[in-house]
Amino acid sequence: MKREDALIQTVEMLKIFQQHRGDAIVIPGRGGRHWVNISTRPNLDAPLGDPAMGGHASFALGLALARPERKVVVFDSEGDLLMSLGILATIAEQKPANLYHFMLDNECYATTGGQPVPNAKNISYDAIARGCGYPRASAYIDLESFSKDIGDILNQSGPVFVALKIFPEIETVPLGQRLRWMTRTRVQVLEDLREALAIAK
Amino acid sequence: MDDAYTTHLSPNIVLEQVLKNGVTDVVWLPDSETNGLFLLMKAEPSLCLIGVSREGPACSLAAGLSTGGKTPVVLIQNTGLMECGDSLRGWLLGLNIPVVFMVGYRGRKRHGVTQDTAAIYTEPFLNAFGIHYYLVESDADATRITVAFEEAKRKKKPVVVLVGEEYGGSNPR
Repeated sequence: MKREDALIQTVEMLKIFQQHRGDAIVIPGRGGRHWVNISTRPNLDAPLGDPAMGGHASFALGLALARPERKVVVFDSEGDLLMSLGILATIAEQKPANLYHFMLDNECYATTGGQPVPNAKNISYDAIARGCGYPRASAYIDLESFSKDIGDILNQSGPVFVALKIFPEIETVPLGQRLRWMTRTRVQVLEDLREALAIAK
Repeated sequence: MDDAYTTHLSPNIVLEQVLKNGVTDVVWLPDSETNGLFLLMKAEPSLCLIGVSREGPACSLAAGLSTGGKTPVVLIQNTGLMECGDSLRGWLLGLNIPVVFMVGYRGRKRHGVTQDTAAIYTEPFLNAFGIHYYLVESDADATRITVAFEEAKRKKKPVVVLVGEEYGGSNPR
């Protein structure tokens, strides 16, 4: 089997995650375009696309600290995380027991044409997370193992970090001509989430 | 009354304003102009302090806190403010997040002459983003902090409080 055939397909991974999602708040990050077609609780989702690169994990941390009664799941990416690695130390220091930090690692900047991230094939993100103080961090390169463990992962106390080697879905269509997958504006997404959580405006 | 006295800014008065406006969380990165304020905030049991290592993530963190129903304030220096431009754009302005930044105004001189480029570019930077700001240099200015909070809430936008430093800023004297 070729290496790329063994990598995790994001859409399949998200379908498996959905079965275990419960009433968690989900920030799908780079998996958003798949997640909007999979999620059965869209009002508890924050499919924000890419407001500004590098901020998904810190946004998730803020939500997790603000809503400690809810699990918060974020699907970060290695390109985003490399832009703000220091947030791992902040998350570890704050110790949000309800934060589940998944990171999709396709070894490239897929949305800009697939250029490699620095030292793409040689970084152990789970080791970095552990080194920053995450009590639990793991890595998966195949869907079968992930599928077996996801239930247990979500039953652990956070913060939990999970790195996933995923198949790169490289965008080659110019930005203005891409299919738009977001069905709500970002502001509407957050308003819907606040309403679902009964947060006063 | 001497000039130094009239331009003194007490961190206690700043903290009073922050608490009056229902702040729950302080997202911060060390800043020499507002260190006295930081120490007071650290000792205040009603505030949760969240340290970051770069200012960009402070914006998205504040956006998450605000979305979840908290009232964060971001405590950074003007140098860091300029670092977080893209996050300001995307995570705060783009998501209509009402948040107040307390920004140490490094290099600020009341007479206007400074060689510090951190100060030279601060207000043009804020103007370029269309972010409204208030200068707070003395106790008499402190009520502007409440004005900033009210404006952020009303306009659903970030608003900046620039904390002057020529006479010690809000550092203990």
